[in-house]
Amino acid sequence: MTALETVKNAIKMENITKRFGSVVANRGINMELREGEILSLLGENGSGKTTLMNMLSGIYFPDEGQIYIHDQPVTIASPKDAFDLGIGMIHQHFKLVDLFTATENIILGLEGKLDRANARKKVQEICDKYGFDIDPDMKIYDMSVSQKQTVEIVKVLYRGADILILDEPTAVLTPQETEKLFAVMRNMKADGKSLIIITHKLHEVLAVSDRVAVLRKGEYIGDVATKDANQQSLTDMMVGRSVSLNIDRPLPVNVEPRVVIDGLTVFDELGVKRLDDVSFSINSGEILGIAGVAGSGQRELLESIAGLYPISSGSVLFTPPEGGEQQQLVGKDPMDIRKAGIAMSFVPEDRLGMGLVGSMGMTGNMMLRSWRKGKGIFLDRKDPEALAQRIWQELEVVTPSTSFPVRRMSGGNVQKVLVGREIAQAPSVLMTAYAVRGLDINTSYTIYNLLTEQKMQGVAVVYVGEDLDVLLELCDRILVLCGGQVSGVVDARTTDKMEVGALMTRMGGGQNNA
Amino acid sequence: MFDFVSFFPRAVMQGIPLLFGSTGEILTEKSGNLNLGIPGIMYVGGISGVIGAFFYEQSVGSGELNGLLAVLIPFLCSLIGSLLMGLLYCFLTVTLRSNQNVTGLAMTTFGVGVGNFFGGSLIKLTASEVPSIALGRTSIFFKTALFGETNGWFGQMFLSYGFLAYLAIIIALGASFFLNRTRPGLHLRAVGESASTADAAGINVTRYKYLSTCIGSMIAGLGGLYYVMDYANGVWSNNAFGDRGWLAIALVIFTIWRPSASIWASILFGGLYILNIYLPTGGQMALMELYKMLPYIITLLVLIVVSLRKKREDQPPASLGLSYFREER
Repeated sequence: MTALETVKNAIKMENITKRFGSVVANRGINMELREGEILSLLGENGSGKTTLMNMLSGIYFPDEGQIYIHDQPVTIASPKDAFDLGIGMIHQHFKLVDLFTATENIILGLEGKLDRANARKKVQEICDKYGFDIDPDMKIYDMSVSQKQTVEIVKVLYRGADILILDEPTAVLTPQETEKLFAVMRNMKADGKSLIIITHKLHEVLAVSDRVAVLRKGEYIGDVATKDANQQSLTDMMVGRSVSLNIDRPLPVNVEPRVVIDGLTVFDELGVKRLDDVSFSINSGEILGIAGVAGSGQRELLESIAGLYPISSGSVLFTPPEGGEQQQLVGKDPMDIRKAGIAMSFVPEDRLGMGLVGSMGMTGNMMLRSWRKGKGIFLDRKDPEALAQRIWQELEVVTPSTSFPVRRMSGGNVQKVLVGREIAQAPSVLMTAYAVRGLDINTSYTIYNLLTEQKMQGVAVVYVGEDLDVLLELCDRILVLCGGQVSGVVDARTTDKMEVGALMTRMGGGQNNA
Repeated sequence: MFDFVSFFPRAVMQGIPLLFGSTGEILTEKSGNLNLGIPGIMYVGGISGVIGAFFYEQSVGSGELNGLLAVLIPFLCSLIGSLLMGLLYCFLTVTLRSNQNVTGLAMTTFGVGVGNFFGGSLIKLTASEVPSIALGRTSIFFKTALFGETNGWFGQMFLSYGFLAYLAIIIALGASFFLNRTRPGLHLRAVGESASTADAAGINVTRYKYLSTCIGSMIAGLGGLYYVMDYANGVWSNNAFGDRGWLAIALVIFTIWRPSASIWASILFGGLYILNIYLPTGGQMALMELYKMLPYIITLLVLIVVSLRKKREDQPPASLGLSYFREER
């Protein structure tokens, strides 16, 4: 025990409670971060992780409790106080001014004369020290997501922070970028800094952290040394009950081609080819996974089928489930395509950007899909309200009421509303993209089960995903895109990660149809 | 023959109130506050100066006016009047977070009402035959050419103005320097672009919004003062200020939020505004009114060109018109 007692606490939180109206986001939290460690903060959506961290960065102020930094009692009333105490937070939604250069963003909020040249030099020094690769004069709007994140990290280091909090930093990164970030984190730890990382991905928790602290429903459940933990034990701690990590995958039923895509080619507004001669079929009664490095054409593919993206050549033939003539979908407007029974739930990085209206409640958002139905000029509120109630209960959406603005729900709950609504349309083709992005494990499995249920009802399901493990366990076939081309279609039951991974990086591979 | 040497100074004198108004509004909008109350604030700036000058002239009676006081009193009164308007706007939109468009429009209606009320009251006090107040004795001090030299085309075009005209240009240049070269300027732009980012960076968003809006209002108010004391020779009559406040807001868009560009652009607007007098219209009122539309038409053209070019730097401040509350989710 003596060895442990010499370890000092960088942060100690004592009995922290935070309420939003009648909702208790954090209740009596006691937690500490030791100097020179990487602590993972784990919890489901809405378990209060971000809220807790925001009290350290001065965004929120705790209703009760005391915070100690390096064993001194402190009051953090504003972000500036947090900086002065050496606490830097990298927010999930980057806090950067798009119009400014990296350097301008990094020095934002500091005092003294504005000396861009000098600041630039200091930024370069930090980059060299930790191995970052950014151009200090680049505008933020020209940067990729991982470059923006680097700017955020440099920003807190520039201010001399010795406690860093990263809120879901890997949610938008590729595996390679994630590895780089972890290397940087270990670098900073070696430099004597203390870090907290919030993430949903258990393998990342195990890979990078020294200790894991778990929150559940706003309460502190406990902590465990990472070396004593595994995925199953962490999941159990997080959800408070044993959760099966296997996805139930029944064999496909009544497989017949529902949508046949042939030679699809599209260009974006800058004239860059986004899809190049893509041919495949979407079959009823099975889940077709679409894998690929981010930006390989997944979005364009789904939008082309849904009639939202201009198609320059190729055909999209739809066979109605009730039989009858094949329909050419190219050239039809989105409304007609939707009427044919093709539903798309596309979950973009900005969940509210497409599909939901932030200031409306669940009911209002349900009506966005049924506004054509009412009689005459009057709206029919009854059915949407019933649907909202059903989604609220069945998907366990956390919200005070169905009229509560969706903008103010947590990300995972917003996603449940979006996916729930699309499934409720009883489509014959259901396309989802990143349906579980940013969702905790429990909610993710709810979504997987919903998709499988749809498949068993004969719906042709398309699932665009990022997590290869999930694609391999959930789907029946996997289509791999690479640079806008189909680099392969494989049987999900017989393939493995290595094969799919290789296809993801191979241009124009053969069509080994499964 | 079109006489440019005599046309130019008139365009400048039309342009100066717009320059004050647009510089003030640019500073305000850079903080994310879309203050559509500017026409009302300029109006209040004008009447406040008139009130100060009126009572100073009354107190002196038929005696000699002290030049310094005759300038200083209306100047300070104007600043205080528009400052109060700016404070009211800030209190409503920043502290109470009410809708900026609605508040701004209400402020314009309110400001014009305030101006006309006090204007009318003063006219009653003077018991004059015409519905206006003449403060010619004060106006002389405002109109005195700062450099005293008005001979030759150069003198006429550049040296013939009262001190407020030069002040307007200095303020515009200063605002430009402030926004682009100083740390508080950088912070102010950050607040207007993304208040939550600025807040997370430790910038006091509320203070920046209040200060820039209030200082912006005071600068805009000087436009009203210049109009009545210099341009209108100290004669106040209700509603004579016209649509100059809206032109100032159009100028903000026309210059794509750059105070330094406002200097020449305000003269261009001023010139277009009075072009109808210089061009042959054959006495047709309809044609004259059409000419008066020119500033608005070229503003629309600029908007079209800017949106076609899609350059990020040419867009309005990203959080313009939005109020900020830290704990909003």
